[in-house]
Amino acid sequence: MVSAAAARAAAAAVVDPEMPMLTIADLGILREVTERGGAVSVTITPTYSGCPAVDAIRADVRAALAAAGFAAVEVRTVLAPPWSTDWITEDGRRKLAAAGVAPPGPAAPRPAGPVPLTLVPPASAVRCPRCGAADTVELSRFGPTACTALRRCRACAEPFEHVKEL
Amino acid sequence: MTDSANAYLSLAETTGHDDPRWAFGSGFEQQDAAEVASPVPDGVAAADLAAYCLMLGDDALLAGHRLTEWVSNAPELEEEVALANIALDLLGQARVLLARAGHVEGAGRDEDTLAYLRTEAEFRHVALAEQPDDLDFGRCVARLLVFSTWRLALLHRLLGSADPVLAAVAGKGVKEVAYHRDHAARWTLRLGDGTPESHRRMQAALEWVWPFVDELFRPSDEERRLAAAGVAVDPAQVRAEFDAVLHEVLVRATLTRPDRPGIGPVAGRGGRQGLHTEKLGPLLAEMQSVARQHPGATW
Repeated sequence: MVSAAAARAAAAAVVDPEMPMLTIADLGILREVTERGGAVSVTITPTYSGCPAVDAIRADVRAALAAAGFAAVEVRTVLAPPWSTDWITEDGRRKLAAAGVAPPGPAAPRPAGPVPLTLVPPASAVRCPRCGAADTVELSRFGPTACTALRRCRACAEPFEHVKEL
Repeated sequence: MTDSANAYLSLAETTGHDDPRWAFGSGFEQQDAAEVASPVPDGVAAADLAAYCLMLGDDALLAGHRLTEWVSNAPELEEEVALANIALDLLGQARVLLARAGHVEGAGRDEDTLAYLRTEAEFRHVALAEQPDDLDFGRCVARLLVFSTWRLALLHRLLGSADPVLAAVAGKGVKEVAYHRDHAARWTLRLGDGTPESHRRMQAALEWVWPFVDELFRPSDEERRLAAAGVAVDPAQVRAEFDAVLHEVLVRATLTRPDRPGIGPVAGRGGRQGLHTEKLGPLLAEMQSVARQHPGATW
């Protein structure tokens, strides 16, 4: 049990390469860590289908477990169930905000019928992570990583990233 | 991994041959999602499933490749990032689907072999996916609007597929492609209901893309058989949803639905059967050039 906990702790401490203020546990992409007789199996899931960081994360998990004394490590990737920003922990949300990145709000529930068009950006409750003002506007729906959009605060005029709800 | 807090520093490290990195190092790992190795669902011919995974994978691979042609050419930096991100989502979907096709086929072909070493007639995508927009932004938007509206309707129905890989790709893809469709629809609105010049060019772009629409809803024999088995979607079933979405966008954008005949199948064959337009050859020549000139190379 001590060994399983150590493996879990080592994997959970790996940081995300694109949002290094978060660990993969904070981000909710670490799905499972099992240990049997010293052999560790770690299961992760990508945020987006094309997330280019997955290979780096796998390598980092292996390196972290090797450093913690585990020689036999398997890193599995699963696609289902699909990652949601709702899996980002409360601690992760605090770390994002502290790093100047607005955390996501609740993800929209999956519609029963066809996915409706949103031709006009919906009213947003995204607050500026710097000054806390609610008056923010979307600059671009696609930010520097697949997970983020770009916004600007109308109160303090600073641009910032926002982890978009998924 | 001496400084994991700095992603760029750790990327630039020299850490040995067994340390794959996405930007430097020994090259991409093969797509290894656990679902890819799932057994073929009961009552389904493996050849049909492999062909269907190629169809949906090739659609995404080639449509994504066309979008990447905008990198360094987009009208503004934000749009370049947007199109590259959309292409990346599609490439991610393609990798899983090609890996699944290779696994089900059982002939030892992996995703890279399928993407880089097949010839024209072995590709199974629709003609729309391979059409170049010649860096006309209106055409890029029109093609993305049609492609993402159609693909979203397919993926939404594949959420309940009896094949776990198709269901998993759909589970992630529905969220991604819905975002792509909204992006294309908002640009269509902005350009169609914009200046006289933007309206004229957006309408012209729709007229350009329209001949490639009908093929999207023409089921292949494989799709018919797999749809009956609860694995695939008969694309004819999504025409009504496609038409309704396009109608909603075009009316709001003050654009007119084109009245142009679709390119027909030739002797019963189209993209799904490996018969493509003349645009595919030059695309493959470029996309496959490095893999063909340096077989087996990693970097």
